[in-house]
Amino acid sequence: MVDVTFQPNRVAGAQATRKRGGLRNALRRKSTVAFVMTLPLILLILILVVYPAFYSLHLATLNKSMAKFVGFGNFEFLFKRDTFWLVVKQSCIFAISAVVFKALIGFIVAHFVHNVPAKKQRKWRGMLLVPWVIPPAMSTLAWLWLFDPSYSAFNYTLSFFGIGPIPWTGDAMWARFSVILVNVWYGAPFFMIMYLAALKSVPEQLYEAAAIDGANWWQRIWYVTLPMMRNIIAITTLFSLIVTFANFDIVRILTAGGPLDHTHIFATWAFRVGIEGSDVPLGASVSLFMVPILAVAAIFILRDISKRGNEA
Amino acid sequence: MADVTLRKVVKRYDDVEAVRGIDLDIADHEFVVLVGPSGCGKSTTLRMIAGLEDISDGDIMIGGDVVNDVPPKDRDIAMVFQNYALYPHMTVAENMSFGLRLKNYPKAEIKSRVTEAARMLDITDLIDRKPKQLSGGQRQRVAMGRAIVRNPKVFLFDEPLSNLDAKLRVQMRIEIKKVHQKVRTTTVYVTHDQVEAMTLADRVVVMNHGRIEQIGTPNELYHKPATKFVASFIGSPAMNFVPCRLEDVGGKLHVRLTDRLAFPLPPARAARYQAVPRTDKLLLGIRPEHITEARPHAEPGIEPFDAVLDVTEPMGMETLVYFTLEGTQVCGRVNPNAGAQDGGPLRLAVDLNNMHLLNEVTGAVL
Repeated sequence: MVDVTFQPNRVAGAQATRKRGGLRNALRRKSTVAFVMTLPLILLILILVVYPAFYSLHLATLNKSMAKFVGFGNFEFLFKRDTFWLVVKQSCIFAISAVVFKALIGFIVAHFVHNVPAKKQRKWRGMLLVPWVIPPAMSTLAWLWLFDPSYSAFNYTLSFFGIGPIPWTGDAMWARFSVILVNVWYGAPFFMIMYLAALKSVPEQLYEAAAIDGANWWQRIWYVTLPMMRNIIAITTLFSLIVTFANFDIVRILTAGGPLDHTHIFATWAFRVGIEGSDVPLGASVSLFMVPILAVAAIFILRDISKRGNEA
Repeated sequence: MADVTLRKVVKRYDDVEAVRGIDLDIADHEFVVLVGPSGCGKSTTLRMIAGLEDISDGDIMIGGDVVNDVPPKDRDIAMVFQNYALYPHMTVAENMSFGLRLKNYPKAEIKSRVTEAARMLDITDLIDRKPKQLSGGQRQRVAMGRAIVRNPKVFLFDEPLSNLDAKLRVQMRIEIKKVHQKVRTTTVYVTHDQVEAMTLADRVVVMNHGRIEQIGTPNELYHKPATKFVASFIGSPAMNFVPCRLEDVGGKLHVRLTDRLAFPLPPARAARYQAVPRTDKLLLGIRPEHITEARPHAEPGIEPFDAVLDVTEPMGMETLVYFTLEGTQVCGRVNPNAGAQDGGPLRLAVDLNNMHLLNEVTGAVL
């Protein structure tokens, strides 16, 4: 299309070369026009993505006072510290378990909502999206009160069954559980809405064909639903993995990394050492460490998607 | 292989009755086509046989067993859908073998059945492709292959050729007929295309408004329609219906079409319609092929008349001519060499031996 429409201009441009200046000619060229049209986006990416990325790379190579170049010094220092490896481990546990549960719950709830008659479905969709639309900083505060060890709703309710009091944010394991729980609560609706859209796009006749072929309920999910949703599952998982890995607000508000750094993840720990500990280069090094981990995950998931896209 | 029986089957949606009490006996090995306009309940009936729709009332029996509450997977049926419903993530072979794999058939058995079906349908070369890499006709073959490998009691076809272009449709129609001749499985086939119904069926079931209008062989439906609906639905171009009444002229029964046009009925017809009240509002039903150019010599029951043609449609082997009788458009089929011209006069002849007389009010064929 574009080729055809631009061809006459090119011919006209070629003729004009001899008569008029080079600038006008350059503007008429297809590639120039394309470049000019994409320039705003390129500028935006340069300012908001490329510059900060390279700046943080640059920061990570400086010493604490940001006056001396130390090369990989910050990374060498980090690798020797136990807290850093604790944060790596905790980030992986946090991101992977939270994403798995978000996906699982989102999938199950999407099925329930999908089977609700169309009229009532909108109400359910709206209600179930609420956790996702409340700013997490606010909803996490509410969770913080629910988790309070002495006068919270949870421990009060559990006391009737003779359980507790549970140190929701005071004990290392319970604190990890709590931050994951809140993250799942916050993120599951996103999976639900994505899976619901994917479910709706599976042709009804495939299920009918499967039913006639002899597939039971579980086999229909395994052989029809899941394969049909594979790309959506892969993309949502990748997207959520990135966001969850980089999560800051929930952990910061709920536990602030405690007790004894046992719930710190990359972003909160980078904030702790970089901003609160006044060692910006070290904080930049910590946050940069997310990049290789996420890049590996992204390559695997996206390669799988494009492979299937080609065969389809 | 099995017979299929429907007893007073009803399907109600909230306040609409889609199927209103259908009785149908389909014999073992028989190829039955349900045909009718859209919304007549034919697809719903098929889906009830498949078990994809619950029945509101009545009984459905497959092989003598009532299957009202049996889920589709336990009815031992195979279905071919209008849009094929192939699993897009599986290859042709996987699509075809899916049902067998679910039932844990031995691998060798699955392979031999798939190979045999692929050979029968001429899709052996496509066996490792995905559905997206296939043309419409090839997908339809795979969908049929998926049904064949299961070796079910009953084949169900839900408008399987509607998504194909006209040429391919004719070709696939022949394929389906060939397959049925080979495997002889009881088949119920739904279509809105009366040509498909006529060419494929052992027996055709014409449906309208959730009821069966008539059941019969293609020839029976064509030559002895029971109602105006069947008479008009079967045959292309459709049967002509001209308002008329009966009258006695000189002791002979005549059918009067207009003030100036009346034909004496041949003796066999006259005897049959003798009891019809002369005052009844009637319709003369006559197929286009029974209105031809007039021949030089008179034949019994073939009555010549003059007409001024409105439009002619040369089809090659014949020419369709349209003219008007008292505001009713009538179609005839004449020899291309008969000299039919738009707006020109032509002497035509109507073959009253093949006429039908219908009650205009009830639509019943008398």
